Amino acid sequence: MSKTLNLKLKIWRQSGPHAQGAFLEVDANDIPEDASFLEMLDIVNERLIADDVEPITFGHDCREGICGTCGVMINGQAHGPEKATTTCQLHMRKFNDGDQIVVEPWKATSFPVLKDLMVDRRAFDRIVEAGGYISAPTGTAPDANEIPIPKEVADSSMDAAACIGCGACVAACPNSAAQLFTSAKLHHLNVLPQGQPERWRRTEAMVETMEDFFGSCTNHGECHEACPKEISLDFIAFMNRDYVRAKITNRSLASQ
Amino acid sequence: MAQTIADHSVPTVRKRAPQLPWPLNLYQTAIGKKYAMALTGIGLLGFVVVHMIGNLHLYEGPTEVHEYAEALRDLGGHLVPRTGVLWVLRLGLIAMFATHIHAAYSLSRMSHKADKSYVGKRDFVAANFASRTMRWTGPIVLLYVLFHLADLTWGWLNDDWYAGDPYNNVYVSLSALPIAIIYIVANVALAVHIFHGAWSMFQTLGINNPKYNGMRKGFARGIAGLILIGNLSFPLAVQGGLIDIDNHTPGSYAIDTEENG
Repeated sequence: MSKTLNLKLKIWRQSGPHAQGAFLEVDANDIPEDASFLEMLDIVNERLIADDVEPITFGHDCREGICGTCGVMINGQAHGPEKATTTCQLHMRKFNDGDQIVVEPWKATSFPVLKDLMVDRRAFDRIVEAGGYISAPTGTAPDANEIPIPKEVADSSMDAAACIGCGACVAACPNSAAQLFTSAKLHHLNVLPQGQPERWRRTEAMVETMEDFFGSCTNHGECHEACPKEISLDFIAFMNRDYVRAKITNRSLASQ
Repeated sequence: MAQTIADHSVPTVRKRAPQLPWPLNLYQTAIGKKYAMALTGIGLLGFVVVHMIGNLHLYEGPTEVHEYAEALRDLGGHLVPRTGVLWVLRLGLIAMFATHIHAAYSLSRMSHKADKSYVGKRDFVAANFASRTMRWTGPIVLLYVLFHLADLTWGWLNDDWYAGDPYNNVYVSLSALPIAIIYIVANVALAVHIFHGAWSMFQTLGINNPKYNGMRKGFARGIAGLILIGNLSFPLAVQGGLIDIDNHTPGSYAIDTEENG
């Protein structure tokens, strides 16, 4: 039998987007240290249900760190204290017996709280809809090796494509800026040959959609520290460069 | 394909204005404003460095300071009217300062609208003192620049101020302890501001390459340290007696206020 922890939780409760929220203080005793953070919340919810209290709403799906659905502020850090880890992959052995844990939803004007710890992240969908894709002709699938791509380029694209869109970058940013998310979504297409035809239109559209919803980057670097996929700040620099080029480039000259 | 989509069910933080003609449309966007901040920041940083180096003439003596001041007024030689180039530089500096402040103000407002603060305590990991106090050190530097102009350029604050005798004016001003403390505090704020700005501008301008990324923070540290040491040395040297006016008659180089420009 593994060790267990007794924890004091302060969890944000809010009945709807326009309701006033407040912290609920609840003791979580006998939590196995092998439980994940979400499993700990499951245990707390089971007990709340047994006590006839409405369980805490939180977003979750794959529980293996790849979907980006979960994500809460744990003790003032997005996805908690562990580096490069989503909330679902954070385990209770990282906490000590008797710890107080403060849990809040992401907070940003364009991430309204739906209920308790669950936020509406559709602003991210708007950014991706604006240009986060390529247009490809239909027909038989092209040969995988038809377009040669240098290894470094493929690696860089994959590093950016690792973004799961969880929103931790916005949550961690003191400006609620979505630069890290948007730059990752741009970079994984903009460095590849397949992304070139739409590169400048994509950059312009996605950046301007981002600015409809989010704040302005001041290069703190909090987003990178919070990111469960360790998306690099370098992508933000590439996005800034591409955006200004998009505004200047004469697009009738494809080779420019 | 790529098109911008407005969905009113997701709260937005701005209403899009119609696009102005290029290049003004760049300045309408946050990234364009950041570019303007970085470019004007480079110009202002250049001024601060040159100003600090020029002030080192204080260690040579009153005559050299006077000659340096005259050389600035004579920039451009006989090709342009006297103080002509100096005025072009001054106007450029004012324009850069104004742009820097306007962009900073509107970006802060934008971020303020987008941000909702947490009720629980935030635990910052990467944000440092300099990056988090940019919106404080900036206004401190602005107030300081106005004070500095009133003190040494216009001579409003000192009865012993003589037009055209900067060595005397600097000495008289900085020998008062409260004034020296104002200069020290303001220059610490300036150095802190420069520390974050000098790193941040590379990122904003997209000057990013793994080959030299490691040097960007070092550059910021070096330039901020240089400014800090140089600028703090003047009030400290006056207070410590290293710079004095024992062999100098105040106002001996005094020129007409008209010509002082």
